Parts: sequence; structure tokens; C-alpha cells
Amino acid sequence: MLAFLIQRVLQAIFVMFVVALIAFSLFHYVGDPVLNMLGQEATEADRAELRARLGLDQPVVVQFYNFIVNAAQFEFGISYRSARPVTDLISERLPATLELATISALFAVIMGIVLGIYTALHRDSWLSRFIMTASLIGVSLPTFLIGVLLIYLFAVELGWLPAFGRGEVVDLGWWNTGLLTRSGLASLILPAITLGLFQLTLIMRLVRAEMLEVLSTDYIKFARARGLPRRAVHLRHALKNTLIPVITIIGLQLGTIIAFAIITETVFQWPGVGALFITAVRFVDIPVMAAYLMMIALVFVVINLVVDLLYYAVDPRLRVQGGGK
Amino acid sequence: MYKKTLLVTAVLGAMLASAAHAETLRWTRSADSLTLDPHAQNEGPTHSVNHQIFDTLIYQDMDVQYQPGLATDWYVRDDDPSIWVFEIREGVTFHEGQALTADDVVFSLDRARHEHSDMRGLLTSIAEVRAVDEYTVEVVTDGPNPLLPNNLTNLFIMSREWAEEHDVETPQNYAAGEETYAVRNANGTGPFRVQSREPDVRTVFLRNDDYWGIDRYPMEISELVFTPIESAATRVAALLSGEVDLLQETPVQDIERLGNAPGIKNEQGAENRTIFLGVDLGSAELRTADTDDNPFADRRVREAINLAIDQSTIQRAVMRGNSQPAGMIAPPFVNGYSEAMDEVTPPDLDRANELMAEAGYGDGFRVTLQCPNDRYVNDEQICQAVVSMLARIGITVDLVAQTRSVHFAELARGEYDFYMLGWGVPTMDSEYIFNYLYHTKAEDRGTWNFTGFSNERVDELTVAMGSETNEEARNAMIAEAWEIVHDEIVYIPIHHQMLTWSMRDDIDFQVQSENTPHFKYLEFMD
Repeated sequence: MLAFLIQRVLQAIFVMFVVALIAFSLFHYVGDPVLNMLGQEATEADRAELRARLGLDQPVVVQFYNFIVNAAQFEFGISYRSARPVTDLISERLPATLELATISALFAVIMGIVLGIYTALHRDSWLSRFIMTASLIGVSLPTFLIGVLLIYLFAVELGWLPAFGRGEVVDLGWWNTGLLTRSGLASLILPAITLGLFQLTLIMRLVRAEMLEVLSTDYIKFARARGLPRRAVHLRHALKNTLIPVITIIGLQLGTIIAFAIITETVFQWPGVGALFITAVRFVDIPVMAAYLMMIALVFVVINLVVDLLYYAVDPRLRVQGGGK
Repeated sequence: MYKKTLLVTAVLGAMLASAAHAETLRWTRSADSLTLDPHAQNEGPTHSVNHQIFDTLIYQDMDVQYQPGLATDWYVRDDDPSIWVFEIREGVTFHEGQALTADDVVFSLDRARHEHSDMRGLLTSIAEVRAVDEYTVEVVTDGPNPLLPNNLTNLFIMSREWAEEHDVETPQNYAAGEETYAVRNANGTGPFRVQSREPDVRTVFLRNDDYWGIDRYPMEISELVFTPIESAATRVAALLSGEVDLLQETPVQDIERLGNAPGIKNEQGAENRTIFLGVDLGSAELRTADTDDNPFADRRVREAINLAIDQSTIQRAVMRGNSQPAGMIAPPFVNGYSEAMDEVTPPDLDRANELMAEAGYGDGFRVTLQCPNDRYVNDEQICQAVVSMLARIGITVDLVAQTRSVHFAELARGEYDFYMLGWGVPTMDSEYIFNYLYHTKAEDRGTWNFTGFSNERVDELTVAMGSETNEEARNAMIAEAWEIVHDEIVYIPIHHQMLTWSMRDDIDFQVQSENTPHFKYLEFMD
């Protein structure tokens, strides 16, 4: 167990290192931050001087080494754009992204499973057909378009929900939440739907397909033959076995939701880390970009690590192999 | 009884009066201010926010006319043309109660000249700033500088006492890796004080009831809420749904729609920015062309390009009427602007093709045009139009349109043969244009001249117009310089940009050409 764990953690560190290397080499193609930081009256000498102060005149290898050493201590420097420590910026904005991601994941999972079961059990009803057709929209329309359409319908035409922002936020000291105020909750609805729609359709279609497969197996037929109530057969026997692959997918999609939040946050002016990243790219705010990419990489690495460990716990064969060495 | 009625009337009257002035204005634009530190960033949205909180000695009002701010008068000293005298307004206090004196002005100008300040580029001519008495400041320049007051319109005055108390005597240093107190806190003398600020989310300002100009300006807004919205579609939706009252920088494609929407109106005006194309006319050989010489070096080719580009079509088809075709690269309110020179050359393809043949490029050539795609209004579409227009005189243009940060970085490295650029003139004087765009590229002049254009007479005139104090002689120099560069066709002008702000139709406010709203002027119609 310990050897397996150490091996996986070492792999995770290696992945992080590679991500840092790739990110760092990309920064040389996004433009010159110094041009954005100084006004148009600045001379070449002014720019050279600022470049030197920021250490951007050093060889790339030295810059990369400094970056890795600092990143290992969670020290990402100061934002070129807002002149504030990057770790402060990210920790201020992380709650907004995590709340949005959690709510939209819940929305996608609950609605996805419910609709998946319904469409599997009532395959030929008109409502199922309607849901299946409508789900194509969720798969095929790009996120920003769904967002803009929802804003147009619910904010501009109907005037029910706010078009942008996070509403009123309650500061709990270490966390700020929009879940405790009316305007905060209202502001959450449209972005959560926009972000969750793709996952919802994915889960729904998966649940439906698995459910249909399970329903045609012998043990379900046998259970029906024994005269068990339909409800118990569907929900207790069929659903349980359907959920195993669904849970795997949900785990993997969680990271995607956080990463995909970039577009949703930009459309809704949601003050999360995704919007922070987009603004940083436009300004060539290298410290913020680097920290964000490392954070997302960390999220994926941790999720994968947890999944691996779960497999290890679930699958006895892995343990035997490890023990045999 | 009579007394009581009177009292009730008085109280009611007072309530009505205050009710009329308890107005909230919710304002949006695409980008937030970067910092509240007034000398750390020389950048539009940052100045816009700071103009609400701070005052400058001199400012440009909604008609971009120079108005006394914290300076009540300014003049060159009779005995020495290198000394500007500023008389400071008396009885002004900062939001936190400190009284404004000449010493705060000296402190602020020195702070803005510090090596970490982004404003110092505008103040390089200053040798010394000194307080003569409590309300008089003298600014000594190295040689006469008639334009000094024009450079002070975004130079905000801070309190020395406050800065010392919070350890922010110098502007933010990025390399230090620390956030200073002045990034998120401000203590100005301006019409509004900051009540709360979450960067990139929301800034709330409250009216400063002790403002020195409280009786001079309408000052009808009691609470100003600024929420930047980056996505253009969302910004427009927020105005349509009534979540914001005033929208700066209305996207061109939404102007008509907002104009037709009930309860919303558009205000338009010329922006202080001209869009044009530059060519490398100095190199012996172009980098991207399929010729082994430089076609742009030939004036006839530049004239042919100017004749082939139809500015009116760009105005109609690309800008939907929201621009002013240009013949010179100075916006209309800049000193030195001439209507005759701004006259657009009518397109003439026959003549253009003739010129190309005369220059020896009858079969045309191939070259790359570099454009930003997120900096100016419809920048990429303008370049696409140019590509098809130049195809008609045999020039095959490969278009590269990319994000601003990459475009300007490559432009600054001098890697472009053919490029798009936009230019605003903060000093409202042609000297600024000649200094940055026409003077031979050198250490501290011609820093934005990537054309390789170099003309001794223009250089001479540029330097001279920076120090000539006789207005008539100076204007003659400016006119002569314009004649030369206009005849040489150094740049190919496209248009002057127009600004559109959209707002609730009961708001009385006009567009400011610097794109800097002064909300103390805003009025609500009953």
C-alpha cells in the first residue's frame, strides 16, 4: 500500500513539473507584459529597466528555476495587472468558483440521474422523446451561447433573474458565500445551469443507456418473475448497478467543471478564478496565469490520485500484485 | 398653528430636496481600474475611476476644455519662461480631513516623477517642483515648456501626510512582491469618496458633501456603483434589463438596438483616437514581401495604397456609420488639426494602378498586414476590408490578426512591414503626435515611429515646437511639419473613432472624448 502510494505521489509531482514546464514555455508566446504595464509614453529604457526589475531579462532556465522554487512554497509573486499577491487574488476568488462548480455539479447529477431513469423506464412516451431531443442542445451548443441565450430570455425578456455578477455576498472570514442571500441565490441559477447543462446531458444519457442494459439482464427478469414490486426492482436492484460507471464519470467530470468555468464566468461576469485567468491572459499577467494553470493541474492530479486509490481499495487484484513484489 | 405648518412645510421641503438628490447611478464598462494608486498606472479605466476620487490641478471637462481643478490659475513667470506658476485653491480638504496645501502638490508631482511611477513619461521636462508659499507652487522645467499644463490633466494630487502615515510615499513597485496600502485605499479631494471596493467586481462611491465644488457642479449622484462587465453581450443585456443605468463603450453592433429600446438612449461623440496603417518605408528590403526591394519606400506605392483604400466604404460597411473618415492622423479637437488636410482622398483605382505601374510594381506584390483583433473598434474587420481593397491594385495582402498583447509586443520589436495602429493625443497638441510617431526613432523620441521615416526638418520642428512659447510661431511650425508628412504619406489614415455611451433616457450626460466621465456633471431629468 505504502509503495503504491509513494509511486503515485511521485508520478503526480512529475506531472506537475511537466505542466509547469509547458506553461512556462507558452508564456513566451503570449506577448510582452511590460508593454501593458507601462503607458505609451514610456521609452525603451523605461521598459528595459522594468524588465530587469521583474527578472524578465534573465535566461529562461533561471526564470524557470526561480518559478519552480517559489511555486513549491506556494509563492507565486505579485500580479502584474493589479499589483496584489497572486495567492490573495486566487484565495479571494476560489469560493465563487467552487460554489458555482458544486451547485452545477449537484444540478447535473440529480437532474441527470432522475431524467436518465425516467427516459429509460418510459422509453416511448412523448416526454422522453422531448427530453432526449432537448438534450442534444446541451451537447451541441457551445457554453457561451447557452449563457447568452439564458441571459436574453430570463434577464432581458422576462426580467426574473440577474444577468451578471454574484449578487450580495456574505463574508465568513475564510470564505465568502452567495448562498445565504436572496440575490446571491438568484444570481447563481443561470450560471449553474449554463455550466451544468453539458454534464447533465452526459450523465442522463449514460444513466439511460446503463439502465436499459441492466433492465434486460436475467436477474432483473428473475426479480420481476418473483413478483417484486416494480419500484423495488427499478430503484433497488437496477439503479444500484447502473451507478457504478456513472460515479466514475462524475468523479472525472468534476475537474472539467472547474476548468470549464472559465467561459461561464466570463459570460456572467462571475468573480471566480476562471474570469481572473481570462483577464490575466489578456494582460499577459504571467504570475496569475502560472498560478491558475498549476492550480488546475493540481485539481486533476488530486482527483486522479483519489480515483487510483479507490480502485486500489476496490480491486483486490492490485493489492495482490503489489504484495507479490 | 401657523408656526407648526411652517415647520412641517420646512421639514417636507427639506425631505423633498434631499430625496431629489438621493440618486444612485450604476455604471459599467468593460474593464476595471487596475489600482487606486494614482501614479502607478497610466491607463484609461484607471484614470476614469481616479477622476471621481481625486482632483488634478487642471482637468478636461466633458467638452475636453481645460478647466481649473485644484489650481485656480497658472501662468509662465514673466522673468523666466522655464518656470510655471500654479496658484492652489484654498480651503480644500481631503476626504480624511487633511487640508490641501502647496506642499501636497509638490509631494504628488515628485511622487509621480519617481522611477516606479508610470506617469513620469509625461513629466520628463520637469527639473524641480517647489512650494513658494502655502498656496503657490513653481514648476521649473529644463527649458521653456509651453505644454506642461496639458500634461497634468491625469496627475492626481495626494496628501503627503496620508502617504507618510501609510508608508506609500512612492508608487507600487511590482518587483517588491508586496501590495501597498494605496492599491486599495484612496484619500483624495474629489467629488466622491470610496465606500467599498472589490477589484473586478464592484466599487461603491459616495458623494463627498464637503467637496469644494459642491455648489459649482450638479453633483446629483449620491451613490455611484461601478461594476465592470467584460463580455459585451452581457454588458448590453445588463442595461436592457435595468441592472445598470449607464454603459460606457457600447459595442458598434448594438448601438442601433439600444437606440430603439424603450427607456434607453445613446450619446455619441468623437473619440480622441485615430486609426491608421503604417508601412516600413525605411528598410532596404521587406521581411514578408515577395520582392527583393522595398515597394513601400516608393512614395508612388504609398499614394496608390491611399487611393485604393476607400475610407467611406469602411465607415459604412464595417463601422455602420459610427466613425469619421480621416485624411490626417490628428483627432479634430487637437491643436494643429486642419479640416483641409483631414479631407479624405477619394478612391481612384485607375490612378492607383497607374502609379503602381510607374513605380515598377504593375504586377503587384505580396505583403503581410499585422492587426490587433481586440484593441480598436472592429479592428480585424477593418483590416479584412483593406485586404480586399488592395487586391484591386494587385497587392496581395496576407492578414495576421492577433491579440493586442502579441501585436504590440511584435510591433515594438520593429518586426512589422505593414501594420495597424491607433493613436490618441492626451495633450491635445500636435507636438505629441510628431514626438512619438514622426520624429526619427531615437532613445527618447520617435518611440512609436516604426516606419523608418526620418526627415531632418520634421525632427527640427518637433524639438522646436516643444519649447517655443510664442503661440503664433509655434502654430506655424506645426502647420509646416504637417505639410511635410502629409505630402510624404507616411501613414495611411482610416478614420477617427467615435464613442458611444448608452444610458437610461432620464439621464442628462454627454460623451467625453477622452472616454473619461466626470460624474459630478451628471444630471437627472424629472
